Amino acid sequence: MDIHEYQAKEILARFGVPVPRGGLAYSPEQAGYRARELGGKAWVVKAQIHSGGRGAAGGVKLCKTPEEVQAFAGTLFGKQLVTKQTDANGKGVYRVWVEGASDIAQELYLGFVLDRKSERIMIVASAHGGMEIEDLADKDPDSLRRMIIDPATGLSEFQARELAFQLGLRGGQVAQMVTTLRACYRAYRDLDAVMVEINPLVVTHSGDLVALDAKMSFDTNALFRQPQVAELRDRSQEDPRESTAGDHGLSYVGLEGDIGCIINGAGLAMATMDMIKLAGGEPANFLDIGGGASPERVVRAFRTVLADGNVSVILVNIFAGINRCDWVAQGVVQAYKEVGLTIPVVVRLAGTNVEEGKAIIDGSGLPLISADSLAEAAAAAVAARPRKAA
Amino acid sequence: MAILITEKTRVIVQGMSGRIGSFHAADMIKHGTHVVGGVTPGKGGESVLDRPLFNTVREAVEQVGAEASLIFVPPPFAADAIMEAADAGIRTAVCVTDGIPSQDMMRVKRFLRRYPAERKMRVIGPNCAGIISPGKGFMGIMPPHIYMPGRIGIVGRSGTLGYEAAAQMKALGIGVSTSVGIGGDPINGSSFRDILELFEADSETDAVMMIGEIGGPQEAEAAAYARDHMKKPVVAYIAGLSAPKGRKMGHAGAIVSAFGESAQEKVDILTAAGITVAPNPSSMGETMAMVLAQRKAA
Repeated sequence: MDIHEYQAKEILARFGVPVPRGGLAYSPEQAGYRARELGGKAWVVKAQIHSGGRGAAGGVKLCKTPEEVQAFAGTLFGKQLVTKQTDANGKGVYRVWVEGASDIAQELYLGFVLDRKSERIMIVASAHGGMEIEDLADKDPDSLRRMIIDPATGLSEFQARELAFQLGLRGGQVAQMVTTLRACYRAYRDLDAVMVEINPLVVTHSGDLVALDAKMSFDTNALFRQPQVAELRDRSQEDPRESTAGDHGLSYVGLEGDIGCIINGAGLAMATMDMIKLAGGEPANFLDIGGGASPERVVRAFRTVLADGNVSVILVNIFAGINRCDWVAQGVVQAYKEVGLTIPVVVRLAGTNVEEGKAIIDGSGLPLISADSLAEAAAAAVAARPRKAA
Repeated sequence: MAILITEKTRVIVQGMSGRIGSFHAADMIKHGTHVVGGVTPGKGGESVLDRPLFNTVREAVEQVGAEASLIFVPPPFAADAIMEAADAGIRTAVCVTDGIPSQDMMRVKRFLRRYPAERKMRVIGPNCAGIISPGKGFMGIMPPHIYMPGRIGIVGRSGTLGYEAAAQMKALGIGVSTSVGIGGDPINGSSFRDILELFEADSETDAVMMIGEIGGPQEAEAAAYARDHMKKPVVAYIAGLSAPKGRKMGHAGAIVSAFGESAQEKVDILTAAGITVAPNPSSMGETMAMVLAQRKAA
């Protein structure tokens, strides 16, 4: 689960990371007021959306007067900001962060991630920050420093010091860097984060460290014990179809094609999408109905898939272990009646209670297309697509 | 001999008194698994399915000689259940639970390191379908009738895709020695490499079907192991060729985030290591049949 920049800064500041002073605004007027309240001669106005690349997309501006702050904020509110990390619809701007402008002598990169190889938290740092980590890894791989943290001891001071010196920091900056690194690690560990990123972490002309931007992402499996983090969820930043599906126990990811998929198991879902592509079609979505799916959940899956107007055929592929083919079949029949389906539906059932499931499908009298294997099902779905008028 | 479980393995179920735990335990018993008891804290002395319940795993080890444990414990308590099994002297734990926090698994892996190799417990999963040696026994949630007993090992992250492979092989008359689901989480107890090692050493396994997917470094690590240390052939399939970069595909671990983690990159790495990769998910069985026929001819 992602949170906004200003929320990440508030959290990290609580753990001891130096951040610029700033204020949140829900309207252009409030943004202008925040600038006056903060004082100073220049302010940075930043659109708060769950995406990077905001600067290049026109979501960040340095302003010289409170009037300019208000005017720029006025162009942001309600806008769908499209960055290179969002899809073509972009993400809506409903909050704006105003902070005092920092002077910048140097920009560093600092990231904390879960390293799947060592199965531990890894620090990635570079003396050349400011660009995205992917670009950094591409253009300047030698500048990247990596350090793995032992969960039993945490991040030791000597390790943090070593990293600070490797990044070329000197004098008082070293102590500030040690504080910053240890603070980020504690925030990561204590709040069940999966990612903490400060980019850039700047060195000012007076030689102090400041976190100019911050990102945090959290382990959704741990939200049950992190209520204060769970509260920060912002549904306006999520794909509404994906979050509604999630509320009903379905794992859904919207894609570009026209073959709607209803499958059990993430691996089989990905494999079915691959098979559709090989058969010459394009999947409209990834959808895993999970284990022990009731007929009602199957109906919900149909509604979720059909909310995508591009879908012209539905492929149901179930290899039941913990699921039951008869329940799924009941759900398909129920969906046909309740939702008023007008597009072709291909159904492939295998595994637990497959005979009962097939009997329900075949006995329903509905125009469902049955398939016995994965390859057959994908081919049938591709063939069942209505021909588009030229 | 198969790996990890045979008809002799003395199995307990942690969480056996729950609805899901008792349902699957009954299925396991029906298919010949040697289930000797269950553990539910506070219900020691009671019984489920004519098997005794214990308060702690240690009691189950001491009183009924439990060697393997199937863990059906909700996510907030699952890591603790795994560590309890390890400390009690269980040899193999299979954790089906989906949704365990990453840092809990990090702690589990660190905890397991305190034991010397000869008494260190092996963890399969979490978020997996379990393990089955067809005709002998199983620990997990898979439908046992789709597996035919035989001499091919299966190891995969995805449960249902593992079923698909087993069913395709059965249709071609190819049976399974043991099938192992290692689970879809970013941190898991056993890697592909760990399981390949067991299959390579197993006298009842002739070849291995390995089913990977996008995300993580484990397929690449397994490829290097197969190239350098295995005499038995490995056939692989990697799911997610059509998955877009940066989007999480259901499994917490199925996301392309680093170089070498996309399906195509993994296919290239496996192919370069001499592993035969099935071109699509409906040809896993055929590809295995072809590799076995080549072996026989050679």
